[in-house]
Amino acid sequence: MSDYLKTERAKEWRTALRASLKNKDRVAIPRVQMPERDPMVRRHNHDEVNLGLTPELAVGEARRCLDCANPTCISGCPVEINIPKFIKNIERGAFLEAAKTLKASNALPAVCGRVCPQERQCESQCFYTLKLNKEPVAIGHLERFAADYERESGQVSIPETAPANNIRVAVVGSGPAGLSFAGDMVKLGYDVTVFEALHELGGVLRYGIPEFRLPSEIVDVEIDSLRAMGVKFITNCIVGKTISQEDLVDEGFKGIFVGSGAGLPNFMNIPGENLVGVMSCNEYLTRVNLMQAADPDSDTPVYKGRQVAVIGGGNTAMDAVRTAKRLGAEKAAIVYRRTEQEMPARVEEVKHAKEEGIEFFTLHNPLRYEGDERGRVQRAELQRMRLGEPDSSGRRRPIPIEGDTVWLEVDEVIVSVGVSPNPLIPQSFTGLEITRWGTIVVNEDTMQTADEMIFAGGDIVRGGATVILAMGDGRRAAKAMHRYLQGEG
Amino acid sequence: MNKIVAKEYLSERVVRFEVEAPLIAKSRRAGHFVIVRVGKKGERVPYTIASADVEKGTITLVVQRVGKSSEKLCRLEVGDHITDLVGPLGKATDIEKFGTVVCAGGGVGVAPMLPIIEAMKQAGNRVISVIAARTKELIILEEQVREYSDEVVIMTDDGSYGKKGLITAGVEEVIQREKVDRCITIGPAIMMKFVAELTKKYNVPTVASLNTIMVDGTGMCGACRVTVGGQTRFVCVDGPEFDAHQVDFDEMLMRLKAYD
Ligand SMILES: Cc1cc2nc3c(=O)[nH]c(=O)nc-3n(C[C@H](O)[C@H](O)[C@H](O)COP(=O)(O)OP(=O)(O)OC[C@H]3O[C@@H](n4cnc5c(N)ncnc54)[C@H](O)[C@@H]3O)c2cc1C
Ligand code: FES
Repeated sequence: MSDYLKTERAKEWRTALRASLKNKDRVAIPRVQMPERDPMVRRHNHDEVNLGLTPELAVGEARRCLDCANPTCISGCPVEINIPKFIKNIERGAFLEAAKTLKASNALPAVCGRVCPQERQCESQCFYTLKLNKEPVAIGHLERFAADYERESGQVSIPETAPANNIRVAVVGSGPAGLSFAGDMVKLGYDVTVFEALHELGGVLRYGIPEFRLPSEIVDVEIDSLRAMGVKFITNCIVGKTISQEDLVDEGFKGIFVGSGAGLPNFMNIPGENLVGVMSCNEYLTRVNLMQAADPDSDTPVYKGRQVAVIGGGNTAMDAVRTAKRLGAEKAAIVYRRTEQEMPARVEEVKHAKEEGIEFFTLHNPLRYEGDERGRVQRAELQRMRLGEPDSSGRRRPIPIEGDTVWLEVDEVIVSVGVSPNPLIPQSFTGLEITRWGTIVVNEDTMQTADEMIFAGGDIVRGGATVILAMGDGRRAAKAMHRYLQGEG
Repeated sequence: MNKIVAKEYLSERVVRFEVEAPLIAKSRRAGHFVIVRVGKKGERVPYTIASADVEKGTITLVVQRVGKSSEKLCRLEVGDHITDLVGPLGKATDIEKFGTVVCAGGGVGVAPMLPIIEAMKQAGNRVISVIAARTKELIILEEQVREYSDEVVIMTDDGSYGKKGLITAGVEEVIQREKVDRCITIGPAIMMKFVAELTKKYNVPTVASLNTIMVDGTGMCGACRVTVGGQTRFVCVDGPEFDAHQVDFDEMLMRLKAYD
């Protein structure tokens, strides 16, 4: 354990808190249950499903944390939040202090508390999981609690910024990677401009993740606070199209961070995929989230299928299928070629989907779609699968069961089988090294590309990844670009 | 927010706007389009850039009033602002010296054809423009087309102006009369389908500029996808122009009716 963590843990208040309750009593407390909106009600509206912990529930859950001498949870966190410190602050009732601890490592705690796959990160490395075979401390719920408490208290501190150094840096894309980079650079005194292709800011946080999981108000607050710190945002501006790489250099930008995401939807290239009513998950979610197509006053239409099949098992698939239910689908089903165990989606999303009446066709894979005479999708032929040997990723490979197929009646199909890196920057910038998958090659420690003034992070570097990894990349890039611009890197 | 600096009715239902957009004016080329959104509840809709003035920092859009979104745009007046405008999008037209080029534009398709006619002429081609509409009042931009064309053939369905007949009749007449090296067609999907069928018969390489439904216009959603030569392509980033002989127009026509 680092000296810093040790010193923090040795502080008087922490020692006293540890002594205030025996470990035996701490481990006897059952894990908190997140209060949720009733599934029968929520499947008809877009309100947030998780209601958040009350202060009492949060303090109770914080007591479960043993404030371990060797906090393994931290190693499970991609941005290494000082988890025991923030949790112990909650236990002692210093909620704002807890939020501050989070913000020291995480630019978007209210977002990450809601969307991180904690069961595969911090919570998987919790002492309870590793050694006690008990449910881990609800680190994600506590993170959300502290961040929400700060926001709702009206005491959100605008972080201090260093005196302006008048060095201009440009950010391409306003997703979590770009936002966290912008936040760190503006704090260091840089003149930061974020360019966003769409008419709204936030990247996937805006156009992808639905309101019932991440209310847009949360994203607004983060962006407003960056604005208050001096970050400039320019929407409707596609770098590489509206303005070129040379334009940026001519305008005096000394560094460029590319956080352009993985915006290109994959299709399966099977017969019938271009029928009316078959669409990408990005299209469906963009219509509903970015364009608010479910609002009767919105000019943007959206298909409101009665029998909807969503192909895939990731977070995007869960978001789409649960959205379809909310738009009035009688039947909304996940079609996934492996089993529930291999699903990349967060466990909580799968649980919520089931509670809302979503059907699961696991070990099924679409082969073709057929439509009516007007070209509208009518049914899908699904191949039944079984699991074979593990593949290179360690997941067991799905194998078709020869001749075993079924037809599913559908009037809408949403294809959610992954995304590829957004090709706009790779195609229009010179000097970058691009992999054959279309991602930008960077030095993993500094996020610097082959062109020394250009840094990159998030999904454009990793392919489809997560919010927290994108955010962590943005922070690392900021640190390294700062060194580079100060002539030290 | 982009300010409208000029507005003119080209016909009862077709409006020409000049809009402030200095960055787009500078970077756009023939064939590019923009996505426009009017009002906070507005839809994102593509329009081809008909021309641009780099000095003034403006671009010209020609808009036909057909539905809710174009209706909203056409209601805007000089001095009003367009809520969102982004571009230039798509790939620019392939401009080369081909020899003789036929530009077949139907209805409001003549507007996006204009910069192509101009660029083709400047590249040293013999340009024959065939412009068509249902009736005389709907023939737009004739004067501007004439400026850059070596010859202009006008066709109307009802014979009220030019020759009576469909655009295909006009194109066929030219092909039968002289060697045509390339044809470009822009207009309603059904019209482009028939032009493509005709030029295929005569083996004239043909490019069609497709106007599919779009959302983002940046390759993010796939709403705009079409089948070209058996492959799925995204019109907003791989197009909007494709080899017309390879385009599955029947599928495109079906997809255009998705939200009717
Ligand atoms: C529906 C959905 C649900 C998800 N759920 C989760 C979840 O629960 N937990 C989790 O951790 N992750 C989740 N993810 C993944 C996560 O959202 C992404 O990994 C993360 O957003 C990547 O961040 P980014 O900043 O790299 O890119 P993005 O968020 O994709 O942002 C990129 C931005 O750049 C803009 N842009 C692109 N090119 C240009 C250009 N040339 N000029 C200007 N702007 C440009 C784009 O318009 C976009 O706004 C989900 C993804 C989706 C689609
Ligand atoms: S309009 Fe969305 S990908 Fe083309």
